[in-house]
Amino acid sequence: MFFQLLMSFAASSGFGIMFNVPKNSIIQCGFTGMIGWLIYISFVGQKVDAVPASFIASFFVALISHIFAKWYKTPVIVFIVGGIIPLVPGGLAYDAMRHFVINDYYTAIQLAAKVLLVAGAIAIGIVFSEVFNQIYKRIRMAKIRQ
Amino acid sequence: MISDRSGEGMTKSMTMQEIEIREVCLLAGKIMLESGAETYRVEDTMVRIATSYGVESAESYVTPTAIIFTIEGEHPTKTKMIRIMNRGTDLNKIAMVNNISREIHSGKWSVREAYQLLKEIEKSNVSYPIWIQILAATIASACFVIMFNGRWDDFLPAFFAGGIGYSWFLYIDRFVHIRFFSEFSASLFIALSAVGFVYFGFGVEIDKIVIGSVMPLVPGLLITNAIRDLMAGHLVSGLTKGAEAVLTAFAIGSGVAVILVLFS
Repeated sequence: MFFQLLMSFAASSGFGIMFNVPKNSIIQCGFTGMIGWLIYISFVGQKVDAVPASFIASFFVALISHIFAKWYKTPVIVFIVGGIIPLVPGGLAYDAMRHFVINDYYTAIQLAAKVLLVAGAIAIGIVFSEVFNQIYKRIRMAKIRQ
Repeated sequence: MISDRSGEGMTKSMTMQEIEIREVCLLAGKIMLESGAETYRVEDTMVRIATSYGVESAESYVTPTAIIFTIEGEHPTKTKMIRIMNRGTDLNKIAMVNNISREIHSGKWSVREAYQLLKEIEKSNVSYPIWIQILAATIASACFVIMFNGRWDDFLPAFFAGGIGYSWFLYIDRFVHIRFFSEFSASLFIALSAVGFVYFGFGVEIDKIVIGSVMPLVPGLLITNAIRDLMAGHLVSGLTKGAEAVLTAFAIGSGVAVILVLFS
């Protein structure tokens, strides 16, 4: 578990550097990625399917990213990019491709469908989190006006 | 382009002012889009800059390959389109333009100052040194092996295979302007080195090494952004990005496939 967290932190920070995030955001990128991966593997460890697990993890990744974006006055995409990288179904996509290559189309299509679902779940998690954030902002604005 | 000639007469200066505002907005949009910002954010920022300078109505239409921007004034509507040829990911530039836009909103910069600042951002190269980028890619590759429940034996092989692949990708991408080829050849090298490492007893599972090492090339971000754009109602951008992502995935997959077919 400890190594999983360490690795996800390093991988997310590494991707942050590859995507050229500002220097003072690298640590935060790693942190969001680590939290996302922690949530994901906790759910998958409880025999939850990868799709809902990715959804929940990416929801929290985006939530933390919104908080960081507000704190550090940096666009939210900077943190989301690093945060979702561990969740991206790269391994699944590879497996799908591999089965295509050996003419095992049944398995390949199944895996490809799974890739699309997981990618969709990640995106839906981010969108939900954005909606959540907007509603929160509206409510706060309304309170301030009162 | 912005001319330094101040307008003669009221109408002319008004027109000049509007054209200058348009140029600032377009430049900001161009930098953001080329750095991989979401299309809706680009549209939003451009319109926001325009309204900060007191333009009554501005419209922007952004797709991943072009920006069309219109400023509506008393005089004939001013519209301009620019093409976006290069798309990469440079989050630092997005953050910098975002800062400028924020400062414009608070009234810190005049139109001309903002244009100068944006020009400097466009020219500047704020990316990390190449060796740091490659190091980051190698570390990420190695870490992914462990995250995907691989063995520690495959940690170092993935470290080197990922490094070889990413270095090659960065190197060839400068000469060949066909993304597909860069990605294809990079994943070819990754699979080749993975097979080679395992053959010589350095590393155990080819699959795990390859998965970890291709992660720096995988278009996970593009796929997710594409679906996000689709859900936000930006259908054109969503489909364009989706096509780009599928093409990249295809390039990586076929590169690996060639080697696997040859050596298995």
